[in-house]
Amino acid sequence: MAADLPGDGLTRAEGSGKPARPPERHAPRPAEDGPAHVHRAYPHDSAHLHVQGAAAYLDDLREPEGTLHVAVGMSPKARGRIVSMDLSAVEAAPGVVRVVTAADIPGRNDISPALGDETLLAADTVAFHGQAVFAVAATTRDAARRAARLGRIEIAEETPSVSVDDAERRGETVLPDYAFGRGDVEAALGASPRRLEGRLRIGGQEHFYLEGQAALAIPGEDGEILVHSSTQHPTEVQHVVARVLGIADAQVTCEVRRMGGAFGGKESQATQWAALAALAARVTGRPCKVRLDRDDDFALTGKRHDFRVDYRLGFHEDGRLDAYSVDFLARCGHSADLSQGVVDRTMFHADNSYFLPAARIASRRLKTNTVSNTAFRGFGGPQGMLAIEKALDDVARVTGRDPLDVRLANLYAPGRDVTPYGMEVEETDTLHAIVTRLAETSRYRDRRAEIDAFNGAGGWLRKGLALTPVKFGISFTLTHLNQAGALVHVYTDGSVQLNHGGTEMGQGLYRKVAQVVAEEFGIDLAKVRITATSTGKVPNTSPTAASAGSDLNGMAAKVAAGTIRARMAGVAAALWGVGEDTIRFRDNLVFAGNESMSFADLARAAHQQRVQLSATGFYRTPSITWDRARATGRPFYYFAYGAACAEIVVDTLTGENRVTRVDILHDVGASLNPAIDIGQIEGGFVQGMGWLTTEELVYAPDGRLLTHAPATYKIPVSSDVPADFRTLLYPNSARADTIYRSKAVGEPPLMLANCVFCAIADALASLNPGEPVPLDAPATPEAILKAAVELGGGR
Amino acid sequence: MLVHPWLMREVIRLVRRGRTVELSGFHPRTTLLDWLRLSERSTGTKEGCAEGDCGACTVVLRRMRGGEAVVEPVNACILFLGQADGAEVLTVEDLAAADGTLHPVQQAMVDTHGSQCGFCTPGIVMSLFALHETAPGPADRQAVDDALAGNLCRCTGYRPIADAAMKACGPEKAAPRAMPALPADAAEDVFVGDERSFFAAPASEASLSKLYAKHPDAVLVAGATDVGLWATKALQDLPKLIWLGRVADLDAVREDGHVLELGATLSHARALPLLAGLDPDLGELMRRFGSVQVRASGTVGGNIANGSPIGDLAPALIALGSEVELRRGDKIRRVPMENFFIAYRQQDRQPGEFVRAIRINRPGPGHSFRCFKVSKRFDEDISAVMGAFHFVIAGEGADRVIRSARIAYGGMAGIPKRAALAESALIGAPLADQGAWGFALEAIVGDFSPLSDQRASASYRLRVARNLLLKALTEIAGAPTSRTRIVGHRPLEAAHGG
Repeated sequence: MAADLPGDGLTRAEGSGKPARPPERHAPRPAEDGPAHVHRAYPHDSAHLHVQGAAAYLDDLREPEGTLHVAVGMSPKARGRIVSMDLSAVEAAPGVVRVVTAADIPGRNDISPALGDETLLAADTVAFHGQAVFAVAATTRDAARRAARLGRIEIAEETPSVSVDDAERRGETVLPDYAFGRGDVEAALGASPRRLEGRLRIGGQEHFYLEGQAALAIPGEDGEILVHSSTQHPTEVQHVVARVLGIADAQVTCEVRRMGGAFGGKESQATQWAALAALAARVTGRPCKVRLDRDDDFALTGKRHDFRVDYRLGFHEDGRLDAYSVDFLARCGHSADLSQGVVDRTMFHADNSYFLPAARIASRRLKTNTVSNTAFRGFGGPQGMLAIEKALDDVARVTGRDPLDVRLANLYAPGRDVTPYGMEVEETDTLHAIVTRLAETSRYRDRRAEIDAFNGAGGWLRKGLALTPVKFGISFTLTHLNQAGALVHVYTDGSVQLNHGGTEMGQGLYRKVAQVVAEEFGIDLAKVRITATSTGKVPNTSPTAASAGSDLNGMAAKVAAGTIRARMAGVAAALWGVGEDTIRFRDNLVFAGNESMSFADLARAAHQQRVQLSATGFYRTPSITWDRARATGRPFYYFAYGAACAEIVVDTLTGENRVTRVDILHDVGASLNPAIDIGQIEGGFVQGMGWLTTEELVYAPDGRLLTHAPATYKIPVSSDVPADFRTLLYPNSARADTIYRSKAVGEPPLMLANCVFCAIADALASLNPGEPVPLDAPATPEAILKAAVELGGGR
Repeated sequence: MLVHPWLMREVIRLVRRGRTVELSGFHPRTTLLDWLRLSERSTGTKEGCAEGDCGACTVVLRRMRGGEAVVEPVNACILFLGQADGAEVLTVEDLAAADGTLHPVQQAMVDTHGSQCGFCTPGIVMSLFALHETAPGPADRQAVDDALAGNLCRCTGYRPIADAAMKACGPEKAAPRAMPALPADAAEDVFVGDERSFFAAPASEASLSKLYAKHPDAVLVAGATDVGLWATKALQDLPKLIWLGRVADLDAVREDGHVLELGATLSHARALPLLAGLDPDLGELMRRFGSVQVRASGTVGGNIANGSPIGDLAPALIALGSEVELRRGDKIRRVPMENFFIAYRQQDRQPGEFVRAIRINRPGPGHSFRCFKVSKRFDEDISAVMGAFHFVIAGEGADRVIRSARIAYGGMAGIPKRAALAESALIGAPLADQGAWGFALEAIVGDFSPLSDQRASASYRLRVARNLLLKALTEIAGAPTSRTRIVGHRPLEAAHGG
């Protein structure tokens, strides 16, 4: 026991020195005490700032003096060769400092994530309407926007491919076709007692993050550049900026404190605006900012992929499937972007929660002259899952069975628990329990009878009910992305700075990781200061995506904090002459036996003893392998599960509809923060509901996006969400060794909303029992009325 | 430029954080949001869309009206700075107490986990603050949904926000906060700028007509819920703006037993209860019209004068039988509303002439009225089809006969337009005559050849127009709305329910 340290301010159980504060006595807590900070419903780390307008987003950062504002000159045509550009009027416009074109790029004109197929500024050809062709830097944003409209761009126009069908006719793709499956599907279909085939069109979705794309580039000395970017992927911004400017990655720092929403839309597609700001900063020598106008953001940035899905089924009279053959035709837009991973995930989720004895899952990544579609919460999974829900609904219609019974008959179960890509579903009990429990708590069977009676009375208003499950694979399917780093500093006053590679877009990641660190150190959450994500602090990071933010960064931060804690425990053990394994950190104290001192005092003591109070942490997800070429392996560490039940009412005269009740039971393992997780579940559900109902992207035949602002593109509002909205967490604990046995929650809940689509179809089914419902997504009033008329039940 | 040199103010005045701020030298098209963010550097208020649809820019204006201070949430992104003249501007930074104590709506938003990314939150807080200050009683979910119809949130799914609203604005609601008296406003004309570029706010109809006659190229601004987008989206220069919001009595309401006259600058918010008094369907239409913010700024006269083919009010007012009253110089004339609309975005309005009032015939005994707004989303959406139906029914029970019919649609042509063939198929027919209904329904195809656009296809519009007529007839013949509608149920046997 090192009781001879002079004036060290340590608080000791039996004080003999000169303690800074009166000695405190704390009996060690019994071991069975649960964690103090994880599994608790803390508010979002910035909630108190959000409500006062005090949380700074990119456009709120005080601009350095002389900052220029950059606007984009956009292509007037969707496909063709650039014949000439007359930018003299742009240059002459008031406030304009510099016009920037592809010729100004010192490095490579390439902003693509991988394939080199996407330009920062179009040089020779244009591939979609609105594509960035030039940029203008001016003294105000207003001046830049006005000047950008003065450019005259002459294009030798070609007929664009706008739809999936256009591209299919032309045979143009952005990536090779890909398929996997199990068994001899044609034989299984042939042998099956019943067969049907169908087609489903699934619309895309605009992210509509409330904060549009934005970046601010500040040139430094000797070619350095600091880029503030509203991005989910600071490392990719760093790489692309370096590539475009022709400088080393080490000369670029990308920083982001928070985004005003992202949802996948700022994973690969924030880079262009950061690179444009950086290029303008390079050529003008001044700080440059890009903030896209909302309409331009719609026109310039990618969306959820829309699909045409063609499927064939073989099944039994009881609804059990023998075989499923499905072709996913994705509208990828003009470049690959992330379409490989997105459509792969569609294929991985073509089974959703259902065992497919024989399956053929094929995909085409079609090239269209539209904006390049990209990541969006669910990353292709929702489309794969909606298709099989629609297919199972068809089975229910033609067999006359309740759709829930058809779903139950096909759920993964012991012995029927291997996916078409060969991965075992290890928690079939969880899946089954969630579905059956929700059917009970939502009173599905009773309400089915009530609805049958309502619809049986005839009339224009029809009600529908549906309960659909979710099984969602957690991990990046690009295996190397499943890694994360963190950096933790403990200061001598006992306060802590936390940094990691994850970004905060509203999902509460910063709060969750801070809870993990507070838990490790046994200190108040308020003592953990969250700092902005920066490529200068934690390098070579993966995007905050794939729902994996907490799993990866939480673990990395735990490792970093654990390293420091072990060192501090060593100091305390030496001071007290006890074993390191007896040291406990709790309630801002460190103790062993009857000895205790404050965490701050121990930090100070460690510093005095020249013990390092800073550490990095690194984590990589174990157990995952995926060989895409051979379509074998285990792409996911684990699955997250859930189920939802929706009731709706439809007006068959107009197609208007309303969701009247929603029940959700969702599995987040042992939640790190139940309030945040419930927020993710409800928010994801409503976002998915919007995708499947009111959110419709409409393109003109010439490739222009007609729904390019909230006046024409309708995301849900408050009144679209039923007052009767019941969300429960399924009591569970992850079987995989995840961070405090929690499960990922970012994406899976979006697909809970499939039940809304199925409930609308269910209402329409009452118009003509026995027939599959020819409803496409989104189920707008027009789509619903069309389906009703086709069923012979609409007027 | 001197209209009344003895009563002229060359600055605008607004109140910020207890101080009167005088502003001049700004471009007429400067928005309140840009002034807050770029000049005052108050960045708490956000720009989400710059077209008045997302509500992230919501601020509260407090101004004197009829001797009382009124509190209204508005979209700062499409409100011209000059329109804040005479008002106190309250932003999200202004709600917490000096000691840092959060306002009850702010605290409730924290407690219910009502923010995630936080970008919409300032606008939501301000909408809820306005609800907190103005709601007469505890807010229920419907009131909360109405208060939030103009605020988009992409993260939360709204449930926690609705919970926060009901917590802060429910039965336990704190008293509205005491707010300082606003300076009295002298009735002077406001003119900021010069002959080539100005923001003017005349104080009387005489000043307005003189100024507009001199500058017929000026743009008249009432609420700016459309003109604002000419600045933020079309990037028009808009060098000369004349704001009508200070013109005395241009917002006057005059009523007698037959006619309800609404002054041109009466806001939708103020018109709502008056229109709801004519028929519950008009009240429901106005509830779904725009959002609280849009209804606070937008005006009845502006909606008509703007001549949008999809404006929701025009078909309803045409069906009721309404006139547009116009003034140019000293000359006042009245035009039946259906004749005011000539062609797409073209109205019977001379250079220098302005809409003065809208005169609406009250439905009397024996009149039946229905209107239906069909859009992709129920709230805050522009109609794909808007149908309005007004019948005079004579007789009783099974002998009821349709004596007259006025049927008008929006979204079916370049202008709001009556369905003449359908009307004539019904006039004189027994109300129960399903054969006459059939002729009228088929006549819709002859009345209209609508366009396909991003809101709906032509075939959908035609089918829905027909089905809405069927719905109106069915309801008027006696079907309860619980079996015919999803929203906007009418009270049983409403005043003019037929």
